[in-house]
Parts: sequence; C-alpha cells; structure tokens
Amino acid sequence: MRREVRISGFGGQGIILAGYILGKAAAVYDNKEATLVQSYGPEARGGAASAEVVIDEEPVDYPHIEAADILVLMSAEAYRTYGKSLRPGGTLIVEEDLVPLEEGQKAIKVPATRLAEELGRRIVANIVMLGALVAATGIVSKEAIVESVRTSVPPRTVDLNLRALERGYEYVKEKVRVL
Amino acid sequence: MSKRVLTGRHFMMGDVACAEGALAAGCTFFAGYPITPSTEIAERLARRLPEVGGHYIQMEDELASMAAIIGASWAGAKAMTATSGPGFSLMMENIGLAVMMETPCVVVDIQRGSPSTGLPTLTGQSDVMQAKWGSHGDYEIIAYAPASCQEMFDLTIRAFNMAERFRNPVLIMADEVVGHMTERVVIPPEEAIERWERPRPMVPPGEHFLPFAAGEDLVPPMPRAGEGYRIYVESLTHDERGYPVMSPEVHDRLVRRLNEKIRRAYDQIIDYELSEVEDAEIIVISYGSTARSARQAARIARKEGMRVGTLRLITLWPFPGRVVEELSARIRAFVVAELNLGQMAREVERFTDRPVFRANHAGGMMMPPELILASIEEAYRDAKGSRRQYASIR
Repeated sequence: MRREVRISGFGGQGIILAGYILGKAAAVYDNKEATLVQSYGPEARGGAASAEVVIDEEPVDYPHIEAADILVLMSAEAYRTYGKSLRPGGTLIVEEDLVPLEEGQKAIKVPATRLAEELGRRIVANIVMLGALVAATGIVSKEAIVESVRTSVPPRTVDLNLRALERGYEYVKEKVRVL
Repeated sequence: MSKRVLTGRHFMMGDVACAEGALAAGCTFFAGYPITPSTEIAERLARRLPEVGGHYIQMEDELASMAAIIGASWAGAKAMTATSGPGFSLMMENIGLAVMMETPCVVVDIQRGSPSTGLPTLTGQSDVMQAKWGSHGDYEIIAYAPASCQEMFDLTIRAFNMAERFRNPVLIMADEVVGHMTERVVIPPEEAIERWERPRPMVPPGEHFLPFAAGEDLVPPMPRAGEGYRIYVESLTHDERGYPVMSPEVHDRLVRRLNEKIRRAYDQIIDYELSEVEDAEIIVISYGSTARSARQAARIARKEGMRVGTLRLITLWPFPGRVVEELSARIRAFVVAELNLGQMAREVERFTDRPVFRANHAGGMMMPPELILASIEEAYRDAKGSRRQYASIR
C-alpha cells in the first residue's frame, strides 16, 4: 500500500537527512520501494525545507505528494504551509515547542528539540523526531530505522544519533496515547 | 585508496548514481563547469575521482569542458562531462568536433526548464531535439533517457561502453526529477560490470598505420596520443591518414561512414520498454521521469476500462522508429507525453500513419499523470477508424 510522508521544517534542522534516513530504512533495510524528493529555499539555514517520502510494496512511479498520510512538522512556517495537507485519518506529528497548533487539531506532540538538548546536542532533534515517527506509525521496522541511522550519520556521531532515535521512540511509546 | 565500484545496496540520489556509474564504467577524467541541477555529479566526482587515481578539473566554461574531455579521451582516458541546458548549448560546437574526430566521450545533460537559463532548479525535457541536431552538420548521436536512479547508474555505464564501441560522443539526457530524486540503487560486484574498450591498432607504433581506416564495422582503431603512432587528428574533412582533404568525394565518404557506423548498429544501441501493449488500443510514448507519470496514467486509464499500453523510450537517439512502426499496425492512436511543447512527438509521426496525440507541459514540474490521462481520453474519443487485427510482436 502506498504511504506518503512529508517531513517539513526549516533549513538546518536536518529535514532532508531525516527523509533520507526514513527512505533508506524502507528501500534498503525493509526491502520495500521508496522515493525521496526534496525542496528547500536558497538559504543555507532558516529557509523552508521539505522532504517527500513515498513508501510502497510496489515500485513508486510518482514521487510527489498531494496529501500526506504522515505529516511531520518542525516549524511554525511548515505548519502554516502544510498543516492542512493531511489526509483524513492520517497522522500529524509536530515539534511541540515550535508549532503552535490550532485549537482542536489532533496531533502527536513531541518536544524533539528539548529532548535532543537533554542528550547534549539539539542538532539531533530530527533523529528524535524520526524515532517518534516510527513509534507512532510503524511505517518502517525498528531494526531498519536503527540500521539506516547507523549507516547515514557521521561515524563519530552514531552513538548520539542512536540515543536520539531511541529517545523519540520511547517518548511516543510511553507518553503519548496513540490517537 | 577507496573503491572504484561501491558494490552494495544504496539509497542514492540520481546525480550521484550517475557519477558512480561513470566510475564503475572506468571513467578516469571529468572536466566540467558545475550547473544546477547537475552539480551533484561534479561534486561527487571531484571527491571520488582523486580517491581512485583519476582526475577532476573544474574548467572556465562548458566550451572548455567539452574540449578537455576530447583531449583526455585522445590521451586514453574514459572521459565525461555533465551540465544542464545552458551549458549543453555551449558544448554543441565541440560535440561536433568529437563526432568528426571520432572521440569516445560521455556528456550528461540534466535537463531543466528552458529556453535560456529558464528554471534552474526545476525540471524539463526540452533539450531532446538539440541533442540530435544541436551541432552543425550531418551526424548521428547516441542518447539515453534514464527514468530512475538505478538507470542513472546503469545507463551511464552503457553510455561509456557505447562511446568506446563506436568512437562517438554518447549523451545521457536525464531530467531534474531523476537527477535529484533518491531511490534504491543496487551496485553489482566489480567483476559483474561489463566494460568495453575502444578498438586498438593491430600494429605496433612506428609501423605503417592509417588512423582513420575502418573495417567492416566502420569504426577505425584508435591509438593514444604519446604512444608513438604518428597520427594527425583533424576537424577538417580528412582522409584515412587523417590529413585534411578538400574533396567532395572524400567528404561524402567520410560523413556517410560517420553516420553509417551508428545507423548500422541500431539493434545494439536501441533499448525500450513495452508494457501492456498486447490488447492496447492507445499507446502512450514517453521517456525519462515523464515515463513514470505515464505508467501511473495508464494504470488509471485501465481501471476506467480503457485499453492503454506504454512504450518507454530508453534510447532517444537513434530514434527507435521500428518499434513505433511495428506497434502502429495494431493500435488506434499514440499519445506522446513529454515535458516540452512536442519534440519527440514529431519523430513519432515520421514512423506511423496513426494519429499522434500530445500531452505537453513546458516544464517546471514533473508531468502530472492527469494531463496524460486527459490526452488518453481525447485519443480514445477522437481517434477514428477501426482497430486492426491483433498481431503478435516480439
């Protein structure tokens, strides 16, 4: 079944890398088909960044996303742009401290940046978010996402990133009632 | 030293897969002037080529880039450059030079919105006719259109092999969608990768040798500059010694041979993919990323009860006209979908008496499947005449 994931935030948050790691987990380690397309502004940091990942058992022909099954938003701007683009019944996951949700909107709220800071480096907030995503949706297997993180981040940061992944995963499993 | 062939399963961007394909094919030299959306190819090779004993040069412009790979090829290297529309225009003169001097080389064009600088970061397919006709003179070119990241790898290897085999420039006419998309790419073990080498002189240096005398296959053996062969390589019309000759007979003979060596090898060069054509009344022809949209459109059309098949052109040039001819006998109409205002559609028309409907967009986005679907519906509605009897094709 075709499942469409959009991860969006601002440049510098590691949005594209998060999309890459998710797609790689599916395509290389879960033996599914996956595509990643990316868009970002001309700025090195601070501009809008968005990754579109499509995962399917069948080959993916069309890699673009209209309405996502899973929407991960890590900035207020991303929420303004894509907040309404969730498919009915889809899963919305937001960075709790950066995304001001409209009243009544259901979402899985993860303070990813804070959790990353507790681990020592806010730069791994994207990986915390990935852990949360996998825990909340099961779109790829735990083993696949672990392996994908391990082979995608700089070697010296593997431990930190795996801790970040685990932290996001646990946070959702423990604190968030699945909607 | 790093490995030349990164055997394994990767999640890899198309541009990067193209660079890895070049390395796997044995490329040792890249000269280029980075331009979006092809920059990642240059970036990757700037890092990777020195790691495996090759050379990367950033040139002052695309004219020089093309000239540099011709020179490198004559020095014995497997050489490549990569660009996009604006740079491709600047390479035209020296692509003709490579054809005339029978110089193996690979030119990658990751197409973007054109004309001129157009849409630097967004996709297009409007250089496909320029690929065939952009340089002056009568010549044949070989061009491939990858539709996936895996094909960016595979077809780049094939491009190098064909360039060596026929001593001709070979083009990879990709588009931004395929260049910038990331997918699984499987890189086989090094020993499983087929590498062809250019034909080499049968006599040692010093002995009598005619560098432009060709045998049966019309492809002359190619010496390497500096090996000791006393050769002259020339852009003017030349005889079998390579010397300039201002004679209509020699000119006609040379130009015919340059064209004929490619035309004669049609079966070796042509590649395409047919899907669900057995009972098809309408066949959608497309290439590159648009072929992915066409597959989606055909699938939707089938669900709506329309009998639609697809022909994906993998080789753009020489044009796979014979398959269009063969299919023509058994369908009502073609739909040609492309991200330009109808370039390859004209070529299709040369090989069929069936109506050719068009699905076009000038570029800036991947072809929406709905746009192709609308053309399929139009073809279904408007293509007159009864469908001929089903005949099986290979």
